[in-house]
Amino acid sequence: MAETVALQVSGLDVHYKDFQALWDVSVQVAHGRVVSIIGANGAGKSTLLNTTSGLFTPTRGTIEFHGNRIDGQPPHETVARGISLVPEGRRVFPRLTVYENLFIGSYTPQSRPGREQALATIYELFPVLKDRRDQMADTLSGGEQQMLAIGRALMSEPKLILCDEISLGLAPVIIAGIYKRLKQINTEGITIVLVEQDITRSLKAADYTYILLEGKVVLEGQPGVLTEEQVKKAYFGI
Amino acid sequence: MQDILQPILNGILLGGLYAVIAIGLSTMFGIVKLVNLAHGDLMILSSYLSLVLASSTGLSPYWTILAVVPVMYFVGFFVQGLLLNRVLGKEMEPPLLVTFGLSIILQNLLLLIFTPDARSLMSSLTLKTIPVTGSLNIPVVYLVDFLAGLAVIFCLYYFFQKSYLGRAIRAASDDESAAQLMGINTKNIYAKAMGIAMMTAGIAGVLIGTTFTFYPHTGPQYLIVAFGVIVIGGFGSMKGCFVGGFILAMAQLMGSHFLGPGYQLLSGYVVLLIVLALRPQGIFGTV
Repeated sequence: MAETVALQVSGLDVHYKDFQALWDVSVQVAHGRVVSIIGANGAGKSTLLNTTSGLFTPTRGTIEFHGNRIDGQPPHETVARGISLVPEGRRVFPRLTVYENLFIGSYTPQSRPGREQALATIYELFPVLKDRRDQMADTLSGGEQQMLAIGRALMSEPKLILCDEISLGLAPVIIAGIYKRLKQINTEGITIVLVEQDITRSLKAADYTYILLEGKVVLEGQPGVLTEEQVKKAYFGI
Repeated sequence: MQDILQPILNGILLGGLYAVIAIGLSTMFGIVKLVNLAHGDLMILSSYLSLVLASSTGLSPYWTILAVVPVMYFVGFFVQGLLLNRVLGKEMEPPLLVTFGLSIILQNLLLLIFTPDARSLMSSLTLKTIPVTGSLNIPVVYLVDFLAGLAVIFCLYYFFQKSYLGRAIRAASDDESAAQLMGINTKNIYAKAMGIAMMTAGIAGVLIGTTFTFYPHTGPQYLIVAFGVIVIGGFGSMKGCFVGGFILAMAQLMGSHFLGPGYQLLSGYVVLLIVLALRPQGIFGTV
């Protein structure tokens, strides 16, 4: 079955000064799917997402989005192409209100006309954001800030959302709720890349998975096909 | 006792002018953590711009604001875009050095072009006063300064609270990378923010020129006023600019009234030092 490739990362090397964070990483994300990238702390998962967003430039390799080269582009251009990042640690704007955080999510010219519609959708998805819309973002709880970060990423009407460790520091019941909503978002045709340290949850949610260890892809496959044994070995580098 | 009402009134009105003088400096510090040492000189540049326009067209200097403001927007946009954006980083020293250099260049440029003669922007309002009661008069120029100051700060407040660009600037100052992820070209935004700060400097410069005499080297004097306002009122706060402006102006005029005109500047600095000692972040300081 030939699916459209949404994101194609090929032979990516990323350096922080002299330190090499990613080694020849290749990842393929099919359009409309959920792909998870798993690995321990420092495996290079965030680096991969940040480089895809344009916050870093790779030293080697390419990144293509629906056939167009995007590596080396500044972040504001990647967003305009339809890629949204929910950054590690949420990074909501603390001195803006919930409403203003969502508002600024629709900054790109192409997403401005649809702003009110997008807001309505997000308020439906995450009702607590509607309740708290005039509160300063830094007064929200961790789970609420995570929902805000996801909602904000949705405001730019992306075709692909990159989620960096959205379950970090959240209670299991909250995480379950967020993942449920992510599934909903995916059924509407938005491609999702999930980066997580939590193996079980992200395997359950994904159509395909990659396991990173020390900056290299050490295992990939469909979660149903890979065994727990294989995944654990790859994750820990045994 | 009636005697003291005039300096109090003058202090209130002058406070409005001091607030406009400071707002550009305060905004840029709040947004990009940039201290623009050329801020005073850029205001005086505007005063000279107004002088040239007013004397060549015969219009009142207040009309020249319509031309000075857009010109100063572009000055700010390009200074930030071409010069200051390159030195913005984690350290405070490079922008300080660059703006210091800019200050020296501006002063000497103005000296070359305009000579060291004292200038002032004359208008039909210059010597007019509105009598209130008995010996109390409102100098019209001071009143214009105050009202203009009020207007500028309100406009700026609504701009930052309600517009896409204003919110984008606030987002970029909270978290530059996250703002980029929203599609905001942060370098471009900083240039626009500086453009806006310079628009306020343009208005301040014209107001200064109509109220006081100026020379090519008057700039640093007003930079110090701006600093005084911001230290007292608090960095990054608009309310602070107004309150700081008011307190500084009042301190100066009360000092002058009770101790003599020679003590005007000193009284201002004494109050500044007191605030610095008791509440270093300023009255409404958020930084």
